[in-house]
Amino acid sequence: MDALRPYAAAFSSRFLLMMQYRAAALAGFFTQCWFGAVHVMVLAAFYLGAPDAAAASPITLSQAVTYTWLAQGLLAVMPWVGDPEIADGVRTGAISYDRLRPVDPYALWYVRAAGWMTARLVPRVALMILAAGIILPLIGQGQWAWQPPASLPAALLFALSETLAIALACSIIMLINIVVVATLNARGVNILMQPLVIVFTGNLLPLALYPDPVRIALFVQPFAGTLDIPNRIYFGNLTGQMAWAGIGLQVFWTVLFVVLGRFWLARVMARLEVQGG
Amino acid sequence: MNALALLGRYFAASMRSQMQYPASAIMLTLGQLGSTAIEIVSIWALFDRFGAVKGWAFGEVMFFYALIGISFSFADFLTRGFDVFGSDFVRTGAFDRLLLRPRSAALQLVGHDFRISRFGRFFQASIILAIATGMLGFVWTPQAVLLALWTIAGGIAFFSALFVLQAVMAFWTVESLEAVNALTYGGVYAGQFPLSLYARWFRTFLIFIVPLACVAYFPVLAILGRSDPLGAPDWFLPLAPAAGFLFLALAFLAWRFGVSKYTSTGS
Repeated sequence: MDALRPYAAAFSSRFLLMMQYRAAALAGFFTQCWFGAVHVMVLAAFYLGAPDAAAASPITLSQAVTYTWLAQGLLAVMPWVGDPEIADGVRTGAISYDRLRPVDPYALWYVRAAGWMTARLVPRVALMILAAGIILPLIGQGQWAWQPPASLPAALLFALSETLAIALACSIIMLINIVVVATLNARGVNILMQPLVIVFTGNLLPLALYPDPVRIALFVQPFAGTLDIPNRIYFGNLTGQMAWAGIGLQVFWTVLFVVLGRFWLARVMARLEVQGG
Repeated sequence: MNALALLGRYFAASMRSQMQYPASAIMLTLGQLGSTAIEIVSIWALFDRFGAVKGWAFGEVMFFYALIGISFSFADFLTRGFDVFGSDFVRTGAFDRLLLRPRSAALQLVGHDFRISRFGRFFQASIILAIATGMLGFVWTPQAVLLALWTIAGGIAFFSALFVLQAVMAFWTVESLEAVNALTYGGVYAGQFPLSLYARWFRTFLIFIVPLACVAYFPVLAILGRSDPLGAPDWFLPLAPAAGFLFLALAFLAWRFGVSKYTSTGS
């Protein structure tokens, strides 16, 4: 177990550090509420305005509403940007310390990204459940609320799938990190990631609502595994074999990205240019 | 040197520094263009599946989308200094230096930085406007052009006011607050859709508290020559963008109050 200790320490120190930023969590929560409310009202207008199309839609309005709150609550899981600590390290040259540590750099950065992500996730998702899952029904707005999982099996599968979503998102963040290290600049790649993430994870619009011919392609692309697949398992839209297919896709993309990332990082690290001084 | 000439100098210096890395400036602009362009796909997908919403067609929603995007891109271009005020000026104490110079702090913050990349959103919104014009068969009369320019001016004032208010909050919170993003970026998102889609409490908020509807929904109705299905009088629609300037004036009052209460954090 000793071999794992540095990684566990890296994870928990980053997690505890990020948990200190309570104001940031509150600010993030406010933003999530705003976007969630706007999304829900827009979806409701479209669904209620066209009853025939709504009946034929792959997901119901109440599922789309739950999807929206899940998407806002789980915002921190999305691989929006590379780890800012790595970008800082590249800029200041502190990255050379990581090069000198007697640990596997890929694993170290991966667990640090995981700590960074989960620490931002926990307070935001808790506040979101409180607001959209508990307070909304209490004030008589239950139809716009975050519904509980469809069933116990759905809840258990969701727990598995969400864990995989975090693993997958961290493997994507690692790829971004490596681009940052290779190009010595975080801004370019971060800007390019935003549109990909907001559309292809389903954050902007549930992937099931895109035109039918492209839905299969949207299901198998890697970003679906960070949000869309666990969400659909949560409200019982993906069950049985389809749920396992989704989970299989999450595993496939995670393994592929980790293997790719390790290989690429080794190459980049072999001829690393260190800036700063 | 008068204020305008000084701003010109600031502008030239900012452009020169970004043009030291031309490839980076172009890529960031294209990145902004791409990142804003892809969002319209999701709106299109909604229309593709559900059809018109409450009497609004996709072309009309693109009109809202384009005008608000143009307004926001200019405001974002002009107020970068206020955007980073908390993290770059208050926390570091750099604001003290600004206060020592014989020019207003607001002027120096406007001149702090002009990001070329913001034009990515402007180009994208302009393309959307051209497409929407074609889809609706809209004819740009001189009157409509003037009204659109007036709408954009009001929109720039409105979004600039939000960035100024964000800076005002930094006097107390020290850091730049992410919460204002809900109103800036979230405002761009909410303003893309006709006001009649929203619940009553949210409409009230967007008209009377944060007057986004006055710089997007109402004047665009006037440009399109439609009456407000919610019953706002026709004469009011073209006048509404004035609310953006009022909002900006209030934001600067708050700014002056904030400056008077400023205590340095610098060491």
